[in-house]
Amino acid sequence: MKFGVVVFPGTWSDRDCGWVIDQVVGAQLQYLWHKDTDLKGCDCVILPGGFAYGDYLRTGAIARFAPLMEEIGEFADRGGLVWGICNGFQILCEAGLLPGALIRNASLEYRCEWTSLVVERTDLAFTSGCAEREVIRVPISHGEGSYFAEPAVLSRLEQNGQVVFRYCDAGGRVVPSANPNGSLHNIAGIINKRGNVLGMMPHPERCAELELGGADGLKLFRSVAGKAMKVLAS
Amino acid sequence: MSLDTVDSRRLREVALTPEEYRVIVEKLRRPPNAVELGMLGVLWSEHCSYKSSKALLRRLPSSGDAVLQGPGENAGAVEIGQGWAAVFKIESHNHPSAIEPYQGAATGVGGIIRDVIAMGARPIALLDSLRFGPLPASRHHFEGVVAGIGGYGNCIGIPTVGGEIYFDECYAQNPLVNAMCVGLVRVDRLMRARAEGTGNSLMLVGADTGRDGIHGASFASVELDESSSERRPAVQVGNPFLEKCLLEACMDLAHTDAVVAVQDLGAAGLTSSVAECAGRVPGAGARIDISLVPRRERGMTAYDVMLSESQERMLVVVQRGREAEVERIFQTWDLTSAVIGDVTDDGHLTVFDQTEVVARLPIDLLTDGAPPRRLTGTSPEPPPSLHLDSLPPLVDAGQSLLRLLASPNLCSRRPIFRRYDHMVGDSTVVAPGGDAALLRIKGTRLGLAMTTDCNARYCHLDPSLGAQHAVAEAARNIVATGARPLAVTDCLNLANPDRPEVYWELEETIAGLAHACRALEVPIVSGNVSLYNESFPASGEGGPTRSGRPDGGSHSSIHPTPVVGMIGVIDDYGRRLEAGLKNEGDFVLLVGSSHNDLGGSEFLKVEHGTVAGRPPAIDFARETAVNRLILAAARAGLLRSAHDCADGGMLVALAECCLLGGMGVRCPALRPEAPLRLDAAFFGETPGRFIVSAPSRATPELQTLARRHHVEISLLGMAGGQTIEFEGQFRLPLADMRQAWENGLAQ
Repeated sequence: MKFGVVVFPGTWSDRDCGWVIDQVVGAQLQYLWHKDTDLKGCDCVILPGGFAYGDYLRTGAIARFAPLMEEIGEFADRGGLVWGICNGFQILCEAGLLPGALIRNASLEYRCEWTSLVVERTDLAFTSGCAEREVIRVPISHGEGSYFAEPAVLSRLEQNGQVVFRYCDAGGRVVPSANPNGSLHNIAGIINKRGNVLGMMPHPERCAELELGGADGLKLFRSVAGKAMKVLAS
Repeated sequence: MSLDTVDSRRLREVALTPEEYRVIVEKLRRPPNAVELGMLGVLWSEHCSYKSSKALLRRLPSSGDAVLQGPGENAGAVEIGQGWAAVFKIESHNHPSAIEPYQGAATGVGGIIRDVIAMGARPIALLDSLRFGPLPASRHHFEGVVAGIGGYGNCIGIPTVGGEIYFDECYAQNPLVNAMCVGLVRVDRLMRARAEGTGNSLMLVGADTGRDGIHGASFASVELDESSSERRPAVQVGNPFLEKCLLEACMDLAHTDAVVAVQDLGAAGLTSSVAECAGRVPGAGARIDISLVPRRERGMTAYDVMLSESQERMLVVVQRGREAEVERIFQTWDLTSAVIGDVTDDGHLTVFDQTEVVARLPIDLLTDGAPPRRLTGTSPEPPPSLHLDSLPPLVDAGQSLLRLLASPNLCSRRPIFRRYDHMVGDSTVVAPGGDAALLRIKGTRLGLAMTTDCNARYCHLDPSLGAQHAVAEAARNIVATGARPLAVTDCLNLANPDRPEVYWELEETIAGLAHACRALEVPIVSGNVSLYNESFPASGEGGPTRSGRPDGGSHSSIHPTPVVGMIGVIDDYGRRLEAGLKNEGDFVLLVGSSHNDLGGSEFLKVEHGTVAGRPPAIDFARETAVNRLILAAARAGLLRSAHDCADGGMLVALAECCLLGGMGVRCPALRPEAPLRLDAAFFGETPGRFIVSAPSRATPELQTLARRHHVEISLLGMAGGQTIEFEGQFRLPLADMRQAWENGLAQ
């Protein structure tokens, strides 16, 4: 399994994702520069957190025009795995690879803290290692992470079961008090209809080792790495 | 322009005195031109020259086995093991933050990051020590500064892992913003900003140069008054995205050996960076052509270019002939770079505008020429003494605890640090909220602990003792994570030293720091002095003044606030400790002995509305013994948690252990032996104490270890439940305490 980690100017979770892929999971790692024009044979492309191009104008608004983004769009069309985390989620929405948008947190403040997420889809390459409706603890770190979509888009997402992660309390209940940013329907992460493009605000790469306070994020990385192993085995 | 013709307004604009001007003329054997005068003005400002504090600062210990780089460089550096060096420094951005809180704080963070980058290190952590006037009146400063720190740190991707924040009337007009950055570099890759090698190129990289921040350094060296807001152009605007690119490009410079040195452009911009870089090499000089400096706007004069404090710029000394290699690295990150001059051996900084020489000054006159100011100190009236007998007896310790937990100086800092990304980097193994933060060094088992501390109320009551407390408390915070204290960076924030009582405070502060750092064997490897943190209404002349203060009125000056930033090392971060209680049934113990130390305490302020007495005495032999005991017990795996007892005393520390661990504690009634008073036993601030928890089976061994270290250890109670209880004295639900503690900043 070869993970590609995209580096825009202003990206900062690239090294954390790289650390987890290379040192914790032990999978193959390839950094992809925003000016690159090919994906160098990567099986899963991660758009990591940060402030790509400074997030000037609007988060992700400039990054979507990066040369590499065209490649990523085609890769997604071919069914390739694309995983947007935090700023990466914002970029995927701006690029139209996922519906909706991420707006300013309801508190109007940046939030860096642990959240609990209930996993609502476990049939995906990203979550196959999670149990049905498992509650995982994953930190967030964003100022603009409130998921927003038109009512029609939102109901389509719900009908299609495209919501993958929802903010919940420790007991797995999806309640307003567990919502750190005002996201509609407590949405923390969604998948495209085809099931190969995931966007999520929380940072699984920050919780892949127990010494960092929790290792639930590792389940997601291992799911992706394990999927490839299954493919190879079959 | 002779002394007769240079008008006083002109001198005041560059913040030079007539005597200093006389020295300049004498040394140059000619009057300086306007550009030269501006350059000398900024470099001779207190902020750059330390002319009022230099002689005193030499008293601070700065050497030690681990020290790789002491004061005088962009930042200090110490060896931490396995080939790694920690590079760190703290710096003030007080004056800009008073005028424009968001940008002042943001650019303070940006500046200190560049200092660390210049040493070849990758910045891994930020800390911020903040002081404001009381809320809600000072909310404008508070909100702006916190947002500015987050705005810069969050965007650039360096975790903000610690710091401190206090509120006091004395900071209402003069908030303090001290930013500390810690970086990592391989010992053999540590760089020094020395302009070596005649003929090597000077390359300016990063942001284009604009008119922003002109005279920032001089501005930082005068008092604030009503006209200060007119100085807003002297506050720079930060661009963290650009600095992130600059950071990565500078890290990429490690791939080439074409780079001789990297120097930050901070206060006094191009003037100071070139002069300092050359000044570190005996006999070296520099020749620059300002027409080659990439600019943000048209019509800038030589004066503007030399004094601009535009942010996110670095000076790179490049081996002659290899400029293209370096330029390519910056191009990769879409950064501008331009060769603007070269290193010479004539000991002069010569500034050209194309072919015309616009300034030519000896390097040593710029960097070392400011005549030291001989100031004298006079001790002021001693603070009001404290008569313990006159204090009414403690009525209800539980209610006092609730009020202390809600005090803005003691309550939870979570509303602040959750606005800062403190996790990026995947290294934060002890997050903010407890004692020191602890970051692991990836690829090793090493952990690097870091903290900032200063109880300025103590410093107000006794500057020397207060400074000693700052060092001692920082060391205890490091020790509470299981790390051993290694080295210090300090930021001395004081009022106007031209006033004898302030100069006395400076003398006392430095004496106290020196004593404590020697006693605890922690050298001071970098630091910063910020004076003139006082203000009064406009004098009518329309300009800031540096003369003695007018009496009375709404003049306000800060308490001496020597912020101590300390780092420490733990060999195996798997052995780290945190403050929160961990296991039901663990014994909770108090390490160290308590005395009637209510002088200057938070208890006295909150419960009796008074600031009086002397701060607690410190016995450094005891401090050392207690610290060694905690470290030995941590290494032996005897402890489950450890927390420093500081502001608010034993009971506040114990409550924090409960709140952080989400677990209560049950204790028998506290019956102190005479002469120890009950209020002092609960809330006194005797140093050299920790609250620890340990499994019951480890307790005998812990007690034996304590005896061997000649340290008192006493059982307080047993962890468990959801209340804190001292039998027959009080019983409080954790939920009530949390309510008070978490809402203390909400006013």
